Amino acid sequence: MARKNVLHFAIIILILVLFLPLYARQRTGRPGATLRNRRNSAQANRSNTSNLRQQPNSTDSRFGPFETDDKYTPNNRIDTLVMATFREEGIEPARLCSDAVFIRRAYLDVIGTLPQPQEVREFLKDSSPRKRVALIHKLLRRDEFADYWSLKWCDLLRVKAEFPINLWPNAVQAYHRWIHDCLRGNMPYDLFARELLTSSGSNFRVPQVNFYRAIQGREPSAIAGAVALTFMGVRLENWPAERCSGMEAFFSRVAYKTTSEWKEEIVYLDPASTGALQAVFPDGVAVQIPAGQDPRMVFADWLIAPENPWFARNIVNRIWSWLTGRGIIHEPDDIRPDNPAVHPRLLAYLEKELVKADYDLRRIYTLILNSRTYQQSSIPRSDHPEAEALFAYYPVRRLDAEVLIDALCWISGTRESYSSAIPEPFTFIPEENRTIELADGSITSQFLEMFGRPARDTGLESERNNQPSDAQRLHLLNSSHVQAKIERSARLNAAIRAAKNNRGTLVNLIYLNILSRYPTQAESAAARAYFQTKGINIRQAVNDLAWVLINTKEFLYRH
Amino acid sequence: MNMQKATEFMTRREALRRGLLGTAGLALLDPLRLQAAPAPSRPRAKSVIQIWMWGGPSHIDIFDPKPDAGYDYCGPLNKPIATNVDGIRIGELLPLLAKQADKYSIIRSMTHGNNSHETASYIVQTGREPGRLVYPCVGAVVSLFKGYDQGYKGLVPPYIVLTQPQGRFSEAGFLGPRYKPFATGGDPNQNPFAVEGIVARGITDQRQRSRRELLGKLDSLGDSMPGNPHFEKFRQCEESAYDLMFGDARKLFDLSQEKDELRDQYGRNTFGQSCLMARRLVENGVPYVTINYKGWDTHKQHFETMRRKLPEMDAGMAMLLQDLADRGLLDSTIVWWSGEFGRGPKVQWNPPWNGGRSHYGKCFSAVVAGGGFKGGQVVGSSDAKGLEVADRPVHPTDLIGSMYSLLGIDPDGPMPNPRGMDLKVMPQDDESAGRLKEIT
Repeated sequence: MARKNVLHFAIIILILVLFLPLYARQRTGRPGATLRNRRNSAQANRSNTSNLRQQPNSTDSRFGPFETDDKYTPNNRIDTLVMATFREEGIEPARLCSDAVFIRRAYLDVIGTLPQPQEVREFLKDSSPRKRVALIHKLLRRDEFADYWSLKWCDLLRVKAEFPINLWPNAVQAYHRWIHDCLRGNMPYDLFARELLTSSGSNFRVPQVNFYRAIQGREPSAIAGAVALTFMGVRLENWPAERCSGMEAFFSRVAYKTTSEWKEEIVYLDPASTGALQAVFPDGVAVQIPAGQDPRMVFADWLIAPENPWFARNIVNRIWSWLTGRGIIHEPDDIRPDNPAVHPRLLAYLEKELVKADYDLRRIYTLILNSRTYQQSSIPRSDHPEAEALFAYYPVRRLDAEVLIDALCWISGTRESYSSAIPEPFTFIPEENRTIELADGSITSQFLEMFGRPARDTGLESERNNQPSDAQRLHLLNSSHVQAKIERSARLNAAIRAAKNNRGTLVNLIYLNILSRYPTQAESAAARAYFQTKGINIRQAVNDLAWVLINTKEFLYRH
Repeated sequence: MNMQKATEFMTRREALRRGLLGTAGLALLDPLRLQAAPAPSRPRAKSVIQIWMWGGPSHIDIFDPKPDAGYDYCGPLNKPIATNVDGIRIGELLPLLAKQADKYSIIRSMTHGNNSHETASYIVQTGREPGRLVYPCVGAVVSLFKGYDQGYKGLVPPYIVLTQPQGRFSEAGFLGPRYKPFATGGDPNQNPFAVEGIVARGITDQRQRSRRELLGKLDSLGDSMPGNPHFEKFRQCEESAYDLMFGDARKLFDLSQEKDELRDQYGRNTFGQSCLMARRLVENGVPYVTINYKGWDTHKQHFETMRRKLPEMDAGMAMLLQDLADRGLLDSTIVWWSGEFGRGPKVQWNPPWNGGRSHYGKCFSAVVAGGGFKGGQVVGSSDAKGLEVADRPVHPTDLIGSMYSLLGIDPDGPMPNPRGMDLKVMPQDDESAGRLKEIT
């Protein structure tokens, strides 16, 4: 009898221990009333409510909102190779990042876009162990992937209508569209490079010929410099003069002529110089190009050959640097013998994988994004001076100018208008276009300038400047531009309506919209306390909270 | 202004700056700072006010009148007026500037030959022809040699643009964003002059402070990695930004501190009040101010535009010269008036222009005053119709080199650059007649 009572008691205690925390968690996250989705769909209503009730454990885990307690277990070969160096150097790598950090990071890195709250909720709720793999697969096939990476490629290829590149607007549009199509169709990278290097024709009708126009200077040395920088990651000015001139020979017959169409230009091979040509490949091998053969083709065939030591290395190293903030060889466009790779075996592995995958760049993106190394938290666990350079954590980086303004527009439901007043006729960019879709690097925008958009004058990666400045902080903290966006935000209005006076829900919604995660209990409490501030109404308080979150490092940085 | 407070404030800012210089993020630009040697000669000028006539102002209607060229050239503006300097006549719509001619010199033989806005803007403001490198403009160079790197401790950044940046033109060129101008935005003719980022409308200091407090509480990512060098730099920028927001910079931009009568004399319009603002800035030690004065690209309705805009320009610029002189600032302040080119001396009467003027880079005018430039002089001349340079061609290189000399920046000295190339600040142009020795 007594033993039976004890057993009952124990069972009751066990039940309490198991279920009380869950109950408590439900209460803290529970919306007092139904929650209305922005689109006011009844179904979304139900799913929102249930999602908000089931806040994922990680939000308030003992590791905080940014990391998990996962130990370093390799996801793929990248990790095994990187881990070997960590062990040699005695570096403890960072923890695995939390799901909330991962979804935001993956969206920003892969498609330059913030995840929608609904996408965040679904991802956090998903219990599949392969959900990160699935998300990466999906993101690489979204339209915004082509939008965002066109922006990147247009930086490298200097796509700009005006001084000092002077492609002019029609050619800019054609070239941008061609690049976008290549990325959306996932054109193999060797073919992409070959197209750019060997095409002839009108800059309007064969857009890839604009490669030869988007260079400051059209002499063979300028062209060779641009080719080496773009496809080999090499700065020709560091090379001995005779090696440069050997490479210049391949481009010595590129010629240009105008037509009666405004700013149309034909890029072609100079028919006047048809004799045999002596040229030297960058690896020092001399070649005699017979009469009648396009020397650019000879160069392109050499460049894209699988055994070429520069071609695959340059692009895998760049992709690594675009995704992780730093090249395995750094700067990624300064490859030279005295600038060694920090993980040579990793670089060699990625090169081989690219060749094996027939130059499918998405294969490299997939490998890197799925690696445990990429999915590390940005919170270092090692004070080794080289920890960041060796990728022992994900380095924080300020959002690109274009991505940042798009994010601000999305949060506020506002748009930016871009136009180009010269040359005539004026160009007005449709307002529904996002900034990452801008084709022309010479569209004037004070915001983009202030936040370090590259000038697209040289194609150097370092042209993009994501360093913070006083002027940027002033702008985000106190400008009428940002203020107006917040005050006019239809999205914030919708959040207020949806939360129906439940302050906890309101704070959750604002966090999901801006930081793509749920607040911690402490954050929620601080925000709700702020809502009690005397002298400001709820909309002002919401504006203030939105303003604060926009000004956090968490929002302004990829982390 | 409470001077003692201001001094403390500056010291704190300076400390912040120095902290800022040491951080890793700027390592790339560090060589620039090391190379930028202190100014060699004793400068006569401390500041420059650049009146940028965006679009290209007509030379023959403004500072180089040609009344004998006939109606096809002068249109209705064929009665130039005498100035307070014997022998110098200027356009009839500039009666106030006519009374200040002893303070400025007119260069009537500017030339570079380029007729497209963006390239000509680049040539006039860098002194360089387009090429493989994008050079910095005068403001960025002054900001390099007289800005933070050389101990500038002003309340506001050393290179200010009133009010909108010029666009389509990378001011800092290869020097990078550190040397870009701070563009104020807003309109100095409105009350308050809402300087973007510094003077916010509708947000009280109290509310701004409570936001800042909340920001401190919700900075979870920053809290999770104390000492992160990227975030440390961000924090320093934020401190500086708050110093600007809550500090004396706002008083500097507060034009209501000026007498109404003086404000009226400058002209109650954006340009006039920009001139007044520029005076306040140089008075407070800002080395470079650009007034970006738009609206001179007069392909159509040229003469109507002249009648509307020149009186505005006349009042603002004349009062600026007078006011600078009255305050003893003209001796140390260069005023530089120029656009990217002049306008076609022959009026385009035919459609679609119906009385407009085209771009004209072959021959145009610039005006310089103060800071060591003599007044009451004319440099060079154009031919009878303003079509060609007749005497003493002046390339932008010559003008810019002369300004640098007056500012104590050796134009033949090395030009620091991130790639470590052997460049000079502003080498002499081979084809022109050299720097402006006749007026310096």
